[in-house]
Amino acid sequence: MNTLNKNKDHIYSILQEVCDPEVPVLTILDLGIVRDIQFHEEEVEIIITPTYSGCPAMDAISVDIKLKLIEHGFKKVKVSYILSPAWTTDWMSEEGKKKLQVYGIAPPKKSTNDTRLHKMLFEEETHIECPQCHSINTKLLSQFGSTACKALYQCNDCKEPFDYFKCH
Amino acid sequence: MPLTNNTLNYTLHLADNALILGQRNGEWCAHGPILEQDIAITNITLDLIGQARNFYQNAAACLHESGDPTASEDSLAYLRTEREFKNLLICELPNGDWAQTILRQFFFSTFQLLLFEKMKHSNNEPLVAIAEKSIKETQYHVKWSSEWVIRLGDGTTESHSRITKAVDTLWMYTGEFFIPASYEMIDVASLKNEWMNKVKEVFDEATLTLPENVFMQTGGKNGAHTEHMGFILSELQYLQRVFPGAEW
Repeated sequence: MNTLNKNKDHIYSILQEVCDPEVPVLTILDLGIVRDIQFHEEEVEIIITPTYSGCPAMDAISVDIKLKLIEHGFKKVKVSYILSPAWTTDWMSEEGKKKLQVYGIAPPKKSTNDTRLHKMLFEEETHIECPQCHSINTKLLSQFGSTACKALYQCNDCKEPFDYFKCH
Repeated sequence: MPLTNNTLNYTLHLADNALILGQRNGEWCAHGPILEQDIAITNITLDLIGQARNFYQNAAACLHESGDPTASEDSLAYLRTEREFKNLLICELPNGDWAQTILRQFFFSTFQLLLFEKMKHSNNEPLVAIAEKSIKETQYHVKWSSEWVIRLGDGTTESHSRITKAVDTLWMYTGEFFIPASYEMIDVASLKNEWMNKVKEVFDEATLTLPENVFMQTGGKNGAHTEHMGFILSELQYLQRVFPGAEW
C-alpha cells in the first residue's frame, strides 16, 4: 500500500478484531475505549482512553492495535492515550454487555453519575443478576475482584460465585 | 500553561505520594489477612501506581518542554534520590499491622478525594484530566478503607486496641496534608475542616477518639524524609541502578 487508506470505517472494522486481553470476549470497540482516529501524512494515530489508571492491559492493547493495523498493510501506526473525559462503563456497547453475560461476567449497570461519593458505607450495589441462573438474589463478596474493573459476587440461589464488571 | 518550577514540583509531589504509598501497599501482596483483602489492597496499589505513572508522564512532558529530552516516567521514579522525592511522610512509613495499613489508606484516600475534587476545577489541564480520572477510583478506596476502620474499631477488643494504637502512631503525620509547600497549586489548608469532619464521622461510628494537641511532623514535601525512605528506594530502584535501562 503506497498511500495511506484514510477511511475511518475501514480502520474501525480492523479494530473490531482487537480484544481486551483480560476479558477476551470484548473487543476494544465493545469496551468503548477507542476515542478517535487521526491521519498524519503517512501515519495513522489511534487515540484510546484507559479504563483504570493502572490497568495493565493498556500496554498489551496498544501493541495489539499496532500489530493488527500493520497486518492490514499500515506502515506507520501510533497509539496515544487521552485521559479526559474519563472512561465510564456507560460507553460499553450493548452488544458488549450481552457478550459479558454469556461469558459469565455480570455486565455493569448504568452508572449513577458522581453521587457515589456520598454513597452510604457498607451499602452494596444490589440486584446484580447472576450470569449463570439469572437470579437477582445475589451478594457482594468483595468490592475488588480478579481485576481492578471487577467486583466479586455470589449467587444466593445457585451458590455460584461470579465477577461483576463494576460501574465506573 | 507555561512551565514553571511550581508545576513540575507539584506534579512530582503528587506522583511521589502515589508511587511510594503504592510501593508500600504492594508489600502486602500474598500476605493479606484473607485472599479477598489481599486482592483489595493490591488493586488499590495498582490504581496508585497508575496515578503515579500519569503524574510522572506529565512531569516528564514538562521537562521535555523545558529542554531536558532525557526525562521519562521511569527516570523520574527510578533515578532520583531520597532528597529529591517530595512525598508526604505518611506514605513512606512502614506498613505496621493490617490496622495501621488500613488507617493510613483511610487518612490518605480521604485527603486525596478532597484534593482531586478541588483539582478538577483548577486551570491546569493535564492535572484536571488526571484528577477526573482518579476520583472514580479513589471513591472506592475511601469506601473500602472507611468500612475497615469501622469494622476494626467497633469490632473485638483486640481489633479495637490495634486500631487505637495505629491512630496514636499515624496521627502526627496527618498535619502535613494541610501545611502547604511553596510549590503547591491547590490550597490544601482549605481542605482541613472537611477532612476532619469526614474522619470524625467514621471515627464516631468506629468508637474511636480523635487525638488532640498532637505535634505534627513535616518535611516530606521538601525532601526531608524519615529514616525509612532510603530503604524503600533501595528496594524500588535497585534493578534500574544495577542494570540501567533494563526491561522485561
